[in-house]
Amino acid sequence: MAKIKNDNSNKTEEKLIISSAPHLRSKWSVKRTMYLVILALMLPTAAGIYFFGFNAIFVILTSVIAAVATEYLVKLLRKKPFVMDGSAVITGLLLALTLPPTIPLWMAAIGSVFAIAIAKEAFGGLGHNIFNPALAGRAFLQLSFPAQMSVWIAPSGFAPDAVTSASPLSDAFEKIGSNPEIYRELLIGNINGSLGETSALLLLAGGILLIILRVIDWRTPVAFIGATALLSLVLGQDAVYQVLSGGLMIGAFFMATDYVTTPMTRTGKIVFGIGAGILTVTIRLYGGYPEGVCFAILLMNAATPLIERYTQPRPYGLGKK
Amino acid sequence: MINNTLKPKYRGIPQWFKIPEYKLTAEYFIKTLPLPDRVIIPLHQHIGPPSYPVVKIGDKVLTGQKIGDSDEFRGVPVHATVSGKVVDIISFTDVAHNKEQQAIVIESDGKDEWIDMQTIDDLESLSNEQIISKIRDAGVVGMGGAIYPAHLKLTLPKSGRLETVILNGCECEPYVTADYRVMLEYGEKVISGLKIITKLISPDNIFIAIEDNKPDAIAHLTTILEKSNLNSKVKMVPIKLKYPVGARELLVKALLSKEVPLEGRCRDIGVLVHNVSTAKAIHESVIEGRPLVEQVITVSGGVKNPQNLLVRVGTPVKNIIDYCGGITDEANQVVLGGPMMGSAVPDTETPLTRGTRCLLLNNNQIRNEVDCIHCGRCIDACSMRLNPSLLAKYSKAGRYDDCGEAYIDACIECGVCTYVCPASIPITQYIKSAKQQLSLME
Repeated sequence: MAKIKNDNSNKTEEKLIISSAPHLRSKWSVKRTMYLVILALMLPTAAGIYFFGFNAIFVILTSVIAAVATEYLVKLLRKKPFVMDGSAVITGLLLALTLPPTIPLWMAAIGSVFAIAIAKEAFGGLGHNIFNPALAGRAFLQLSFPAQMSVWIAPSGFAPDAVTSASPLSDAFEKIGSNPEIYRELLIGNINGSLGETSALLLLAGGILLIILRVIDWRTPVAFIGATALLSLVLGQDAVYQVLSGGLMIGAFFMATDYVTTPMTRTGKIVFGIGAGILTVTIRLYGGYPEGVCFAILLMNAATPLIERYTQPRPYGLGKK
Repeated sequence: MINNTLKPKYRGIPQWFKIPEYKLTAEYFIKTLPLPDRVIIPLHQHIGPPSYPVVKIGDKVLTGQKIGDSDEFRGVPVHATVSGKVVDIISFTDVAHNKEQQAIVIESDGKDEWIDMQTIDDLESLSNEQIISKIRDAGVVGMGGAIYPAHLKLTLPKSGRLETVILNGCECEPYVTADYRVMLEYGEKVISGLKIITKLISPDNIFIAIEDNKPDAIAHLTTILEKSNLNSKVKMVPIKLKYPVGARELLVKALLSKEVPLEGRCRDIGVLVHNVSTAKAIHESVIEGRPLVEQVITVSGGVKNPQNLLVRVGTPVKNIIDYCGGITDEANQVVLGGPMMGSAVPDTETPLTRGTRCLLLNNNQIRNEVDCIHCGRCIDACSMRLNPSLLAKYSKAGRYDDCGEAYIDACIECGVCTYVCPASIPITQYIKSAKQQLSLME
C-alpha cells in the first residue's frame, strides 16, 4: 500500500492553509468594539470639557496617558506583546470622567496606574480581571484621598474663576421635591459633579448608540436604572432625581456593561443590573458614602461568577424543567 | 397547491448577526465534469462500519460496479465511478472526515461502460424490504453532509412509525447552490424520491422546507407536486433564510415547534428529515437502479469560473479546479464543503467523497486568537442555547468532563460562535476536539 503521492505539487499547493471550520469570520474584533465604546464616550467627554474647561482637558489627558503608559510598561515587564486595542484608553477615559474636575493631576495619574497595573494586569490582563479597572482606580482614590475626591466646583467652562460649592451628591440624597429646574440642569449637565457624569442626556445618547451598534446589551442598563428608580420610589425618594444625578447613567451604560467583569448570560445581565441598582440606592441612603454607584458595581463584579453559574442558558433539546 | 403554504417561521435562531450569502453560482446550469483519468474512492464514505474491498489490484471494473461492501446492515457498499482498471488499494489520511482509511484507485479506460441497471416502472410492484435493499445497494447516504446511510433512516423504528417527513431544501451555507440547482433541474426526481419515502414511511404530514431566497425552487416544486398524487398531503413551507436553519434540529423546531431530545435523534419524536439531493439519489437508486456514483457540487469562491458541476465520486479536487479555470491569486485554501462547516484539505489530490456539496476556494485571512473578553456574543448567537465560550475554555484546559456537563453533545458545530467571536477564538475547533477526546474516553 502506498500513500497518495503529490507529484504535481506546485507553488500554490505549498501555500494551502489548513484551518478548522468555519473558514469565514465576521469583521468584529476586540479593537473595533473598544473603539466604538471610545466613540460613544466622546459625547460625555465633550460635555465635561464644555462645563469644566481646562481642568477637564488636563485630567482626561493625564489619566488616559498614564493608563496607556502603564499598560505598555506592565506588558514589557510581563514579557507580553503590547497591543493598542483601546482598552487602556477606555479605562483611563472612564476613570477621568468619574473624577472631580479639580483633582490634582498626579492623583489622577495614580488612579490610572492602580487601575491598569493592579486591577487589570495583575489579574492577567484584558479578559481576566475581576473588577472594573476604572472603578477600582476610582475606589482606590476615594479611599486614599477622601478630601480631594469630594471637592466639587460649579461648571464654569473655560472661565478662570471656578467656585467650589456643595455638590448635590454631598447632600446625601435626601428627599428632594420634584423640581423641573433641577431636572433640566441634571439632564444637560450644568451642575457640579464629576467631570463626565453630569450630562445625563449625552450619557444616555452614548449608551443608546452602543445598544444600537450591538456593542452593549440593553438589559443591564435597563435593569440597573429600573431597579434604582423603583427602589427609590418605594423608599419615598425622588426617583427622577436619583436616576439623573450622580454616577448612575455612566455606571449603568458604560461600567455595568463592561464585558469582562459582568455576566455573559442574558439573565445574568438582568440579575447584575437589579443587584447593582439595589446596592446603589442602599449605599446612597444608608451608607457612609454620598455616592453608591462605584461600590455597587464593584460588589456586583465580585458576584459575577456566581451569577453566571446560576444563569447558564438551558440548551436545546433538554426539555422543560 | 400553493395554498398549502404556511407562513415562514424561524423560531429558535437568533436573528441579530448576518452571514453573507455569496450565492455566486445560483443561476448557473449544472454542467457535467469530463471523466477524470483516475479516481480515488475511499471505502468509508458514510457513518457506520467501513466497507472492505471486494476487488483486487488489476481487476477490470464497470461504472457502478460494487468495489467495496459491508456485511453489516448498517454499512453501505461503495461503487466504481468510472470503468477501467483497479490500479491500487491505498491507505490515506482522510482530512475531511478526520480519519485514516483505505481507498481504491481506478484508472479510467475512458469508455464509461456501466453495469446493467434494472429500471422499475411501477413502484407498487416492490415491497418495502426490496426498496430498502435497493437503496442500500446503491450506497445512498445523506447528501446534506451528514452522510448517514439513507436506508437506516427509512427503516421504521421497531416501536412504531414516523408521523412526519420533512424534505429539506434549505441550503443555508454561504456559496453553496448545489441543492438549489438540483431542485430546479431535477425537480421530478426529487418529488419521485419523496414519493418513495412516503411509501416506505406512510407519514401523516409531509413538509417541503425551502428557504425564502429560492422562490423559483418553491414554485417549480409546487408545479411538479400539483401534477403528482402527493399533492394533497404535502405542505410547502418557505423558511426564512437564516444560517443555520438547514440543520435538522432547527428545521424541526421551525416547522413543528418541537425540539429533538438532547441525546436522541429526530426519529425519537417521530420525524424523518431528508435532504432534497438525497431524495434524488433515492429515486435514482430505486427507479433507475443507479448507484450513487456522482453528485452535484458547487465550485465557488477563488476560482476563475465558479459553477455547478455533476461530478463523479472519487474525482481528485485538482481535476475540478483545473476544469473551472484554476485558483485565483487571492485563494489560499481548498475547502471541501461550505465555508461554515467544510473541511480544509492539505493537497488537491484529495478525492471528492459522497455527500460533499461544495468545493470552495477560500481566502482565509488568518487572525490571531486573543483572550476571551466575555462579551457573550457566542452565547447570544448559539441556536442550540449553549455557552460556547465556556465549552472552549474547558476544552482548552483539558477539562473534557466539564464540557460534557455543559452539554457539549448538543453542539451541531455550525460555526456561528466562531464567526461572531471578536477575539477570533476558534471555538468550534475547541468544541470538536473536546468531543473527540470525550468519545475516546468512552
